[in-house]
Amino acid sequence: MNNASAAPRRRLTPGALATAAIVAAIYVAVFVSEQFIPPTSMLFTVLKKGATYALVAVSMNLLNGFTGLFSLGQAGFMLIGAYTYAVLTIPVAQRAVVYQYYDGGAIQFALPVLPAILLAGLAAAFFAFLIGLPVLRLKSDYLAIATLGFAEIMRSIFQWDKLGTITNGSNMLRLFPTFNDFNIRNADGEVVVYLSTFIPFLIAGVCIAAIVMLIHSTYGRAFIAIRDDEVAAEAMGINLARHKQLAFCISSFFAGVGGAMLAMYMNSVQAKSFTSAMTYEILLIVVIGGIGSVTGSCISSFLFVACSEWWLRFLDQKQVIGGWEVPLLRNGFRLVVFSIIIMIVVLFFRRGIMGDRELWDLFNEPRHRKAKEGGR
Amino acid sequence: MLKVTDLKVSYGGIEALKGISFDVEQGQIVTLIGANGAGKSTTLRAISALVHPVSGTINFMGRDITSFNPQRVVAEGISLVPEGRRVFANLTVKENLKIGAYLRNDKEEIEEGIKDIYRRFPRLKEREWQLAGTLSGGEQQMLAVGRAMMAKPKLMMMDEPSLGLAPLVVKEIFSIIRDLKSEGMTILLIEQNANAALRCADVGLVLETGRITLTGTGAELLDNEQVKEAYLGAD
Repeated sequence: MNNASAAPRRRLTPGALATAAIVAAIYVAVFVSEQFIPPTSMLFTVLKKGATYALVAVSMNLLNGFTGLFSLGQAGFMLIGAYTYAVLTIPVAQRAVVYQYYDGGAIQFALPVLPAILLAGLAAAFFAFLIGLPVLRLKSDYLAIATLGFAEIMRSIFQWDKLGTITNGSNMLRLFPTFNDFNIRNADGEVVVYLSTFIPFLIAGVCIAAIVMLIHSTYGRAFIAIRDDEVAAEAMGINLARHKQLAFCISSFFAGVGGAMLAMYMNSVQAKSFTSAMTYEILLIVVIGGIGSVTGSCISSFLFVACSEWWLRFLDQKQVIGGWEVPLLRNGFRLVVFSIIIMIVVLFFRRGIMGDRELWDLFNEPRHRKAKEGGR
Repeated sequence: MLKVTDLKVSYGGIEALKGISFDVEQGQIVTLIGANGAGKSTTLRAISALVHPVSGTINFMGRDITSFNPQRVVAEGISLVPEGRRVFANLTVKENLKIGAYLRNDKEEIEEGIKDIYRRFPRLKEREWQLAGTLSGGEQQMLAVGRAMMAKPKLMMMDEPSLGLAPLVVKEIFSIIRDLKSEGMTILLIEQNANAALRCADVGLVLETGRITLTGTGAELLDNEQVKEAYLGAD
C-alpha cells in the first residue's frame, strides 16, 4: 500500500465509536444485572428471547432489506437449526428417556455446544443452498410464497414418524444443554457466575457483527446494488444468481444459529411450534425496526419481545385502581392492545424506527454521514 | 474492434433486430440513431449479453463473445452506461464507483481509478459521501459514466446519455464524450438527440424497425435529406 493513497482509508468515525461504546455498556449492564437480579425475573426472559430474535431479524434483514429478496422461510431454517442443535447435543445417557418411543434413537453420540451451534447454521445453509437453486429464480411475491411453502413442508417432514429415530417424530426433544447450562457452578452445584443471559448476547453479538462486516464488504455493496437495480448490477459484471444464492445461504446460516438459540431458550424443541406466525413476528420486527437497518432490527426485537411478553401482561388480569375495576381487561386483551400498537407504528412510522439509517449514522458529522435528504 | 454480424434478437416471437451488421473501429465514436422501438437499446443489450440473440455473431478484439454471460463481457472490456442512468440510489457515489470496478481485484489501482474519475468530474468528488439517489440528473449521468469507466473498458457503450437532461447539461455530457474519444476510448453511442450525436460521431448508423437502413460518416448523415427530415427536424 503506498503512503499517499493509504491515508484516508478506514478511519473510525465518531458514530462507530459511539456505537461501540453503547454496545459495550449494554453488555456490561447485562452481565452485572444478571449477577444481582434474581434469575427468575422477566427481564432475563425478555433479554434472552430478544437476543435470539434480534439475530434472526438481522439475518432476515440481510436478505429482505439489503439484497431485496422477499423470503418468508425464516421459521423453516430456524426449525432446521433448532433440530440440528438438539439432536446433536442431547447427552447419550438421556437419549433413552427422550426417544422413549424410538428405542433411544439412532444417534448415540453428543457434541459440545459450540460445534453443534455451528452445525445448526451449516445445516440450515445447506438446505438453503438446495432449495435456492430452483426458488431464487422467482421474484418478489412468488419467492415469498415458495419459501413460505418450504417452511411448512419442513415442519411436516420433521414430524414424520419414519424419521422418528432422529427427529423423535411429533414428540418434543429436550434435556439438551440450554442457556442455564452456561452458568458457572461450584462443586456444590451453586451458581457462582451467572452467564445464562450474557452468552446468548455474546453469540448474537458475534453473528450480527459478522453480518455488519459482510454488508460493508464488496459482497454487501453488490447485494445492495442488486436490490437497487438488478439490470444495472448485472451490466456491471455482478453475477446475480451467485450473489442471491450467497445472500440466501448466509441469511439461512444465521437463522439456523438463531434456531439453535431458540431451542436453548425454550428448553425443548417441537416442530409444531415453528409456524409461519413465527416468521411473521420476525418480519414485523424487521419492518418496525426499519428495512435495511441492522441496529433498527436489534432495537425493535427487544421492544417487540418486551411488549409481547412482559410490559403488556397487566392487561391480561383484572386491575383495580382505587376501587374502580378497569373494564375490558381479561385474558387475551393484551394481544388486542398489542395489535393496535403495531398498527399505529406502521401507520405513523412507515419506514420503521430507524428507517434505513444505522445507530452510527446518528452520531456522525454530516461530512461522514451519508446524505439521505431528498432521496427516495 | 467490435464486429457484429447478422444479429437477430426476438422478444417472445417479436423480432426486435432483423439481422444487423456493423463494425466499430478502435478509437471511433459510432452512433446508432433511430426512432423509438427501432432496436437501438436491444443492440446494446445483446452485446452486453443481457439478452441472447437468436442468431448472428458478435466478435470483439478477435474473440467470439456471442455466447458469453454478462460478467465475461465486462471482463473482456465492454462496459455499458445504461439508459436512464440507473445508478445505485442507496449506495454512495464512492460505493457506486467501486461497484463499477467489481471485476477488478487490484485495490490500489481501483483507488487510483476513483481519483482519476474525481479529477475528471470534480462534482462527484464533492458528493463522494452522498447517496447516488440524491444527485441531480446530470450528476447521476456523470456517475454512470464514471462507474462504467471504473471497469477499465476498451469499448464503452452509452445508451441515451442525454435523456431527460437540461440542454446545458446535455452539452456537458457531449463534451465528456469528446474528451473520452480524444483519450483514445472507443464509444458506441445511442442517441435520440441525433443532431448532437452525429456531430461528434465518426460513423453514424440509422436503425429502422430492426434493420440498418443508412450508414455514413457523421457529417454525411447530417447532410442527408432523409436523415434531416426524419431525425433532425427541418430547420
